[in-house]
Amino acid sequence: MNQEELNKKLEQISDKLIAVERPLEDRVFLLCESENSYQLNKFLFEDVPLRFVVATGIDAEDCFEVLYHYSYDQTGCIVTLRAFIRDREKPAIESISPFLPGAEWIEREMHDILGIEFKNHPDMRRLILADDWPEGVYPLRKSSS
Amino acid sequence: MKESVKKPVIAVGPFHPLQEEMEFFQLTVDGEIVTDIDVRISYNHRGIEKISESLQYDQIPFLVSRICGICSASHPLAYVQAVEDIAGITPPDRALYVRVLINELERIHSHLLWVGLAGHFIGYDTVFMWAWKYREPVLDLLEEITGNRNNYGNVKVGGCREDIPNEIKPKILKELDEIEKKTEMLTKAVLDDPVLHARLKGVGRLTKEDAIKYAVVGPTARASGVAIDVRADDPYAAYSDLDWKVITQPEGDVFAKAVVRLLETLEAIKLVKQAVKKLPDGPVAIEVKEIPPGEGCGRAEAPRGETFHYVRSDGGNRPVRHKVRAPSYVNVPSFKASCIGEHIADVTITLAAVDPCYSCTERIAAVDSRSNVVMDYNKLLKLSRNKTEQMKKEML
Repeated sequence: MNQEELNKKLEQISDKLIAVERPLEDRVFLLCESENSYQLNKFLFEDVPLRFVVATGIDAEDCFEVLYHYSYDQTGCIVTLRAFIRDREKPAIESISPFLPGAEWIEREMHDILGIEFKNHPDMRRLILADDWPEGVYPLRKSSS
Repeated sequence: MKESVKKPVIAVGPFHPLQEEMEFFQLTVDGEIVTDIDVRISYNHRGIEKISESLQYDQIPFLVSRICGICSASHPLAYVQAVEDIAGITPPDRALYVRVLINELERIHSHLLWVGLAGHFIGYDTVFMWAWKYREPVLDLLEEITGNRNNYGNVKVGGCREDIPNEIKPKILKELDEIEKKTEMLTKAVLDDPVLHARLKGVGRLTKEDAIKYAVVGPTARASGVAIDVRADDPYAAYSDLDWKVITQPEGDVFAKAVVRLLETLEAIKLVKQAVKKLPDGPVAIEVKEIPPGEGCGRAEAPRGETFHYVRSDGGNRPVRHKVRAPSYVNVPSFKASCIGEHIADVTITLAAVDPCYSCTERIAAVDSRSNVVMDYNKLLKLSRNKTEQMKKEML
């Protein structure tokens, strides 16, 4: 697929997206609500298909965001799915590790440093923080200094 | 009156002065076959992403180049490319060529280091000595060009911090000719050796399907037939102006990974020579006043694979978020696929084949699920070297 065909393919999910941003020709950002992230990730990884790069967790003042970065190696395009988690008290999102083992570690890491719960994660243990690190202290939150 | 003599007890934990890195691999074995593998990391977590949020954009390249000693050119390059994307900057041509030069020199010395370590793990200490000896001129060159053997501090947002004096170009070409001859000799010696064929072929195989499932990158992926290379797929710096090829092998075993790395070293030498000969004149950086709000993704092909940096800016002079993903982060978990079912004598070399920074295979212990016998790293290394000895005896 060339870039145009990839763009067309991504239109298939436009009804589940809040918006599409394209700051550069080969950098696409798809914005969605966290409830749709599982389905959208499955589409991106299995149907397009794209290569999973990594996920970024962000503490963004009024919500949490999980950005899933994918690469389309034929054109060098990076497609990022930006999922908004609106509930700041108990941030939670569906884990994508069941169909994407490559995401296991990064979800464990985001749980450690931001306190986001990944529902149905096959192996949620500490990855980054020490065993005796206190519960409930999330280093990458803006409130932690 | 006798004084009691106090004997100090020294605990050898995941941290030890002799070990290069601190990771812990726990293998569960049944007899001599690995049935499961668990990895514990983060004994030396330094909080780089958190530190980034308190640094200014031009301070961060110095921080990220210290993430790893032998990918120390790739991390800053990926980071500045992410920021240059946000600001819509294209560095001058000369900067793009200098970036290629430094990064490919790094690839040469990183791959040669790996060849040496792999030799050590299977008992070929001569390969170890030769590879590290031929690596020295590359480090000397880097020191002459950038002032340092590692942590070059050469990239910045907008170009390069320092220029390469044109007077050094003939020396670079001359040194590379020598290094190329030695690397070709080493490649031939390694690839033609029947004992190495028997020892490494079919060992630690990572199938193409697993390579995709675990999202592996770099030589680990290319040796399993997955033809991905950021320099070709999403060209950065001056790679699209130069003539080189992506090296892949289909088998996915340790031998294939060795072949990929050796041939890539020769390609890297070609690339440096071209970059030197085609180095354009002109400035080596442009002035950058501020970074507007936005987000950028930058990536570079480090010796171990794709290094990915994501930066979010709100228009201030510090990033809101800086995500770093090193290639070993996705390559190391793939051990679950490549180690299970293997013989324990092959574990050290399978783990080393993925080339985790500085060989984190130092931290392995094997636990027998029936008798709870624990075998530490030294015993596993011995097993690996003995297996080679045995094979040699049978073949010669």
